[in-house]
Amino acid sequence: MTDTLENTSHDIEDPNFDIESVGHTHLPTNTGVSNEKLGMWVFLGSECLMFGGLISTYLLYKNRPGAIESIRGRDIVSSSLRPSDLFDIPFTSVTSFVLLASSLTMVLAVNAAARNDMQRMRIWLGSTAALGSLFIGGQVYEFTTFHREGLGFTTNVASSAFFTLTGFHGVHVTIGILMLLVTIAMSIRGRIPHSRAEAVEIVGLYWHFVDVVWILIFTIVYLIK
Amino acid sequence: MAIVEARTPLAIEAAEPEVKPFGVFARPTGAQTGWKSWLTSVDHKKIGIMYGIGSMFFFFIGGGEALLIRLQLARPNQKLLSAELYNQVFTMHGVTMVFLVVMPMAAAFANYLLPLQIGARDVAFPRLNAFSFWCWLFGSLFFNSSWFLGGGADGGWFNYAPNNGVLYSTSHGIDFYAVGLLIAGIASLVSSVNLIVTVLNLRAPGLTWFKLPVFTWMTLVTQFLLLFALPVITVALFLLMFDRLFGSNFFDAANGGDPMLWQHLFWIFGHPEVYIMILPSFGIVSEIIPVFSRKPLFGYPFMVVSGIAIGFMGWGVWAHHMFASGMGPMSVMAFSLSTMFIAVPTGVKILNWLATMYGGRLKFATPMLFSVGLVSMFTIGGLSGVTHAFAPADTQQTDTYYIVAHFHYVLFGGALLGLFAGFYFWWPKIFGYFLNERWGKVHFWVTLVGFNLTFGPMHVLGLQGMSRRYFTYSADQGFSFWNMVATVGSFIIAVGLLIFMANVWKSHKAFKKEPYEVPADPWDARSLEWMIPSPVPEYNFDEIPEVHELDEFWHRKYGHDEDGRLVRIAKTEDIVQKPGATGIHLPSPSYWPIILSAGLPFIGYGVIFDYWWAVLGGLITVAGFLGWILEPSTDPEDHHADHGHGDHDAHQLEAGEEQPALVGSTDAPAAEASNEETSGD
Repeated sequence: MTDTLENTSHDIEDPNFDIESVGHTHLPTNTGVSNEKLGMWVFLGSECLMFGGLISTYLLYKNRPGAIESIRGRDIVSSSLRPSDLFDIPFTSVTSFVLLASSLTMVLAVNAAARNDMQRMRIWLGSTAALGSLFIGGQVYEFTTFHREGLGFTTNVASSAFFTLTGFHGVHVTIGILMLLVTIAMSIRGRIPHSRAEAVEIVGLYWHFVDVVWILIFTIVYLIK
Repeated sequence: MAIVEARTPLAIEAAEPEVKPFGVFARPTGAQTGWKSWLTSVDHKKIGIMYGIGSMFFFFIGGGEALLIRLQLARPNQKLLSAELYNQVFTMHGVTMVFLVVMPMAAAFANYLLPLQIGARDVAFPRLNAFSFWCWLFGSLFFNSSWFLGGGADGGWFNYAPNNGVLYSTSHGIDFYAVGLLIAGIASLVSSVNLIVTVLNLRAPGLTWFKLPVFTWMTLVTQFLLLFALPVITVALFLLMFDRLFGSNFFDAANGGDPMLWQHLFWIFGHPEVYIMILPSFGIVSEIIPVFSRKPLFGYPFMVVSGIAIGFMGWGVWAHHMFASGMGPMSVMAFSLSTMFIAVPTGVKILNWLATMYGGRLKFATPMLFSVGLVSMFTIGGLSGVTHAFAPADTQQTDTYYIVAHFHYVLFGGALLGLFAGFYFWWPKIFGYFLNERWGKVHFWVTLVGFNLTFGPMHVLGLQGMSRRYFTYSADQGFSFWNMVATVGSFIIAVGLLIFMANVWKSHKAFKKEPYEVPADPWDARSLEWMIPSPVPEYNFDEIPEVHELDEFWHRKYGHDEDGRLVRIAKTEDIVQKPGATGIHLPSPSYWPIILSAGLPFIGYGVIFDYWWAVLGGLITVAGFLGWILEPSTDPEDHHADHGHGDHDAHQLEAGEEQPALVGSTDAPAAEASNEETSGD
C-alpha cells in the first residue's frame, strides 16, 4: 500500500522516481492497476475494433465506381469525385502535427500532476485542449472545403465512408477536449487533489489513443495512394 | 465484530475533498426503502434482480410474438397476420429474444453472482453498473415503442441489405432497430468493461486464475467477447442509420454500396454473439452438475481452457452464416473448416459434464434436471450445427426451418434451459425462499416436451424445403402436419412458463405465510457465494475470504481420510458467515445513472423524428454527465450503518495501521498465478 506522504516527497529528478507510484492512493487490486485506469485500457481495446471496422469500410469503398445509372426509375445523382482527389496533404500534415503536439502537452500535464504542480497541470491541459480544438478547426475547414468542391456526405460511398471515418475520429477528439475542460474546471474547484491525480493520467490515456488512431487514419487514408 | 475494510474498491479515499454534491439533486439518503431505493440503487445484487425482472418481462413479449407466429403457421392459408405484420412479428421476436431476453438474463446472473463468486463487495464501478441496467432498459423500451410508432422492424433479426434499406422497409421499424440496439449496445459495452475490471482486479486474496469458479470464467470470456464484438455491430448500425436517415448508400448496391459489408459486419458481431448467449449457461450448469453429482467438476482446466478456446475461435467462423452469399470457394472452405474445429471445445465441455456425472451420487433436483436438459438438448443443436459446417449441405438448408430448428435447440435448449437451471439453483440464495420442487419438476418436463414438439418438427420442415420466412403456405405443400405439431408444442412451452410464474407466486406466498429460514448452503455447494447468508446481505462478505483451493467452500467443509474417502471436517453452520455485521462502507445510491440513461431514448426519437427531441435528450444526458462527475463516488456522510465515522476504517488503512493480514497478501495472486500450473491443484 502506498504511503501518500512519502510519495509526495519524491522529486521528479530522482532517478528512482516511478511515475506509476505517485499520487495513487487507491486500494490494492489484483493487477496493481487501479480500477479506473484498467477500465480505460479495456475500453480502449474495444475502441480499436470500432475504428478497425470504420477503416475497413473506407478501404472497401475508397475506389468504388460511382452509381450504376438510374435503377428502378430512381434518379441517381452520383459523382465520381473521390476524397483522395481533394486531399490537401500539406494542410492535413500541419493539423496532424498539431494533434501530435497535443500528445506532448498531455504528457507534460500528467507529469505536472504527478509532481503536484496543479497550476502548471492546468496550463498544459489547457494547451492540450487548445491544440485539439485547432485540429478540430482544421477538420471543419477541410470538410467545408470538400463540401464546397462538390464532395458531400452522400455524394458517393467513398465520400460517405471518408466522412464517417474522419467524423467519428473528430467526435472522439471533441469528447477528449470536453474531458480536458471538465478536468481543468474540476481542478480549479479543488476537486482533483494530488491523490486523485490519476484522473489526469486516465484522460491522457484516452487522448493518446485518439492521437494514435489519427496517425493510422492519416497514413491509411491520406498518405497511401 | 471487527469489520475489515480490506480491499473493497468502494471505501472512500482519505484525501477525498469534502465537497457538497453539485446540482439540483441531493444525494439520495442511505436509508431508502421501497421503489425509490431500486431506482437509485448501485448494489450489484439489486441491479442483477432488476435485469432478471426486465428480461422476464421481455420474455413474455417475445414469447407472445412467438405464439403469434405459430398461430399464423398452424394451418395452411391462415389469415391471422398479414405478410407485412408477420415480417414485423418474427423480426421483433428474434431481436427481443436475443438482445432483450437471453443477454440480460445472463447479465442478471453475471451481476448478481460475479462479485459473490470472487469474494468482492461489489463490482468495480457500481454507478456504471446501474447506468448499464437503465440504459439497457430504456433502449429496450425504445426499441419496442416502434410498435406504436408506425410498426416494428421487419427485416429479420439480422436485417440483411437490401431489405434493411428505406426502399424495402419504409416504416421506421428498422430505424428503431438501429438506434435501439445502439443504446442497448452502450449498456452492454459499459457492463463488459465493468465486469472485466471486476474480475481482473477484485478477486479475493489467493483466488488465482485456476481457482475461479467456471461460471466466473465463462462470464469473463463472455464479457471479452462483448467488448470486442459490440464495436463492430456499432459500426454496422451507424452505417445502417446513416443509410436510412441521412441518405448515404453504404449497403445500396445500386449506388455503389456493398450489401455484403453489412453481412460481414453483422456476423463478425453475430457469431461471437452466439457464444455470448451460450457461455453463461455453460458456466451455470458447470456450477450445478458438480453440486448434484457430489463430485468436483471433471477436468476443470479443460473446461476453462475450452471456454477460452471457444472465445477465440468464435471470431474465426462468422462467414459460415454466409455460405450461400457467393463469397467464393476459398472463403467457404476456410470457414467450413474452422466451423468444424470449433465443435471440438464444445464437445470437450459436453464430455466433461458427462464425466462429472459418471459415478457421482446424482440427485435430480430441478436445477439438475434443467442442467441435464441443457446438456442433451444442446448436443442435438450442436450436432445439427455441425451439419451446417458442410457447405454443400448448408446451401440446401440455409434459410429453411432446419436453421430455425438448429438455433432454437442451442438457444432455447441450451441458453434458456441453463438460465432456468440457474433460477432454481440460486433462487434461495437470492430471495431467501425455495421454489417449489414439485412444480419445478413439472415446469421442466412440460417445457422439455413442448420444446421438442415445437422445434423437433422444424428439422423435418426445413429438409422438406419450407423457407424460414414464409408467412403462410398452401395445403398441397405437405407442411401442414408438422406445423400443427410445432404450434401445439409452442403452447405447451407457454404453459410451462406460466407454471414457472405460478411457482414463483405460490412459493412466495407459502413463504410469507409460514416463513422459514433458508440456510446459507442449502445444496451443499462448492463456491464462495454459498458461504454467506441467504438472502445475501447488502455488504456480501463481512470479511473478505481468503482462498486456498478451487471449490474453496467445499474444501472448508470436506477433507479426505487416509483412504481417500470424503470426510466432513467442519460443520457448515460453523464456517458460514453469520448475519448482522455493521459499519461496512458501501457505495452510496445515486440518481445520475438513471438520469443519464433517460436522455438516450430522446436522442433516438430526435434522430428518427424531429431533432428537437434530440436537443432535449442531449441536455438531459449532458446534465447527467456533469452531475455524475461532480458527485463524489461515495458520500462521506452517508451509509455506513450504525457507524458514526465510517471512513474511520479507510483512514486507518490508508495510514497502514491495523492492516489485516489479508491485505498484505493481495499482491500475491500475481506471483502465485505463475506457480499455479506446477502446483498441480
